[in-house]
Amino acid sequence: MADNVNTNSRGAGDVILDVRNLKTHFGDDDKAVRAVDDISFKLQRGKTLCIVGESGSGKSVTARSILQIVDYPGKIYGGEILYWGDQQVKSGQPLDLAQLHPRSKQIRSIRGHEIAMIFQEPMTSLSPIHTIGSQISEAILLHQNVDKEEARARSIELLRRVEIPNPAVAIDKYTFEYSGGMRQRAMIAMALACNPKILIADEPTTALDVTTQAEILALIKELQQAYGMSVLFITHDMGVVAEIADEIGVMKNGKMLEFGPAEQIFYTAQHDYTKELIDSVRKLETSARKARKSTITDKKLLEVRNVSKIYPSRKSFLGKASDPFKALDNVSLDLYEGENLGIVGESGSGKTTMGNCLIRVLEPTSGEILFKKSNGNISDLAKAGKSELRQVHREIRMVFQDPFASLNPRMTIGQIVGEPLLVSGLASGKELRERVGKLLETVGIPSAAMERYPHAFSGGQRQRIGIARSLALNPRLIIADEATSALDVTLRSQVLDLMLDLQEKLGLSYILISHDIGVIRYFCDRVAVMYKGQIVETGEAGLICSTPEHPYTKALISAVPGTHPRDKRIVNRHRYVADAAPGKAVA
Amino acid sequence: MFLVSLTVFVLIQLPPGDFVTSWAAQAAAAGEEVTPAMMEEMRRRFGLDQPLIVQYFAWIGGVVRGDFGYSFEWNAPVVTLLGERMGLTLVVTVSTLILSWCIALPVGIYSAVRRYSLLDYSFTFIAFVSLAVPGFLIALILMYMSVKMFNADVTGLFSPEYANAPWSWGRVKDLLAHMWIPVIILGTEASASLIRIMRANLIDQLHMPYVVTARAKGLTETKLLLKYPVRIALNPFVSTLGWTVPRLVSGAVIVSIVLNMPIAGPMLMQSLLSQDIYLSGAFLLLLCLMTVIGTLLSDILLVVLDPRIRVQ
Repeated sequence: MADNVNTNSRGAGDVILDVRNLKTHFGDDDKAVRAVDDISFKLQRGKTLCIVGESGSGKSVTARSILQIVDYPGKIYGGEILYWGDQQVKSGQPLDLAQLHPRSKQIRSIRGHEIAMIFQEPMTSLSPIHTIGSQISEAILLHQNVDKEEARARSIELLRRVEIPNPAVAIDKYTFEYSGGMRQRAMIAMALACNPKILIADEPTTALDVTTQAEILALIKELQQAYGMSVLFITHDMGVVAEIADEIGVMKNGKMLEFGPAEQIFYTAQHDYTKELIDSVRKLETSARKARKSTITDKKLLEVRNVSKIYPSRKSFLGKASDPFKALDNVSLDLYEGENLGIVGESGSGKTTMGNCLIRVLEPTSGEILFKKSNGNISDLAKAGKSELRQVHREIRMVFQDPFASLNPRMTIGQIVGEPLLVSGLASGKELRERVGKLLETVGIPSAAMERYPHAFSGGQRQRIGIARSLALNPRLIIADEATSALDVTLRSQVLDLMLDLQEKLGLSYILISHDIGVIRYFCDRVAVMYKGQIVETGEAGLICSTPEHPYTKALISAVPGTHPRDKRIVNRHRYVADAAPGKAVA
Repeated sequence: MFLVSLTVFVLIQLPPGDFVTSWAAQAAAAGEEVTPAMMEEMRRRFGLDQPLIVQYFAWIGGVVRGDFGYSFEWNAPVVTLLGERMGLTLVVTVSTLILSWCIALPVGIYSAVRRYSLLDYSFTFIAFVSLAVPGFLIALILMYMSVKMFNADVTGLFSPEYANAPWSWGRVKDLLAHMWIPVIILGTEASASLIRIMRANLIDQLHMPYVVTARAKGLTETKLLLKYPVRIALNPFVSTLGWTVPRLVSGAVIVSIVLNMPIAGPMLMQSLLSQDIYLSGAFLLLLCLMTVIGTLLSDILLVVLDPRIRVQ
């Protein structure tokens, strides 16, 4: 308490936001969910504070509490949020935001004016039916005494500031006409509209590709310096934290476990959970394959030759024909038995189309996919008939990205895992139960859990269940499409380790499709880098990740956030120019 | 429209017999003697003995020239019969529409914003009751009450002295005085379902991230609500416009019979019953046309309201 009085009498100093014992609960009674449970932190003027934590840790609710925009029934239950804006510094009295009514005029004059916020989903966070310009100038008109013309001119200037090409035209476009990265830029422009003192960024880059993420992070950093803003950055990604944080707060289950300067947290973390978080990211910086005995053989399992997938041009209602779209453009790959091949690329690069063509969910337009079956015969999957495919599908299985959507909520996990066996008529009744039990145990889930439904399991466990299902028919090749992207970092390496264990035990080969360089580096022997439907580079994972040849790969690798606060990689990143001219493939 | 006209024509020809048989049946019931020779004679005069395809082209040929044929039953050209009725129908329909929107929009918005509040529950209850209770029952109750309490006759759309009078200010006032009852009855029925649609749409939108964004900008709650979620929740609402008009015409038949309203519904039913093919054909054609126009209108409105549709 003494300290409390002290800071007050001393005035603001360098602290612009002083959060003390903040409690935000959902619900009133004993059963209330304590989303934010007694946390304190300070945001320094002009600095960046990162609040890091896994999903459900309460970091977003903390951010929203500051602006009092927590969704009902969430409510600030106790504590203080002391804001030291220019006025408050002058008067020597801080403004306690926690005391303001969520609908009061005072808090509204803070929102968007003194403290602005940007959000995770740039698609849904902007209104789909208002133009970008009207949404930006709305913020200007609300807080500043200017007319519409002036607001529009300022909006154009803001769009230019966040590097939106041709801002005078772009201002009248709608959200859906912007790409993900551009939407986030527009969002930032909107937040900057009134020169806020504090920018709260709630996972602003999570939904973006890694190169776009790097661009946005660099932009925020640059604007922060230009405008002298303080930034409160909410994220789950330790890599991003290492890039931008001056100070770090680590949250778990609504508590602030640790709070301190970035280097202190990264190098001398006190709390086990913080160490675990940092380790799980660092772990992905090396290759797991080096530590294990190699399972690679020189027998080719899969040979992809000149596969293309072209969506023909479509005529629109007015007879305007679109260009045919090459989702896959003459792609060739090899996979050896026991090998882990990574396919890396950004969204829209064709990597998922690739996976879908391999198991013929999509029909490739041309090319050959030669798969060596267990009986030694070679089958061309691109042309295989139905019965042939059915056979092959026992040997090639898929694991999907979203562990929540890919398991039927109305089936027990026993039924889910056993379904492939039942459908192919390989087992039923008691034998089926036994085999399902064994499969579940292989992936580390007790067989007694067989009768439970997917909702009873966490994300990581669900992904294990998905893997168990893919193992049911003793496959030889597993295609994992972003299998770990939906998982928290600490779970990510666990699932990858499980997959590697299974490989040693069962002699599997993997094709791992991912946008995450860390995951690829950890898991794969070789990598194919995809860009706009083409494979621009193939090579050993270690080499690609350290000394890439192709300029696109260079840009991609250099955009990956590091894990050491001292080497700000993103500031020195390599920018790939072809991005500026979309549609033009790399020569 | 050609296909529609063909379908309409086939539909009205589908019931067994024709106008002459139903006329003969009525005449017989009234004790008059109708000989087969008389029936044949009538059929020939009306052209009902021609093959269907000839009848169709004779009819549609007239329609194209604006001649909808002659009503056997009313002994008058269909056009004159239709003119007055359709005009009144439109007046009733449009006022019902306006009334139901005026009720449904604010109530729906309130119910969505104050979800699970006492008033929301009451609105929900009332809405379900008025959905469940047939309109004609409400009509009967209202009629009973107005006779009992105000000693006013509320059937029809005009007082007797104005019923066949030419249009004048007095007649318009009289119309307005009579119209409120059917409009309220039809309006509550229509708004009950619209409230539910509006409430559900808006609840979906209320927690969308863009609402949070707008709130973080510092907008007042009311302005925020009207500018963002309500505006987007209106889109599905507008698309209901297309089928409201024909539904009010066809769905209001019982209510308008009970209230003895000179609008399209009752006459359509009567003409169908007596197999007065030209009259019912013209009605059905108009109804289809109104559906098409209504849908077109709502589509155009949607395009105006929703830029996403415009670009696609």
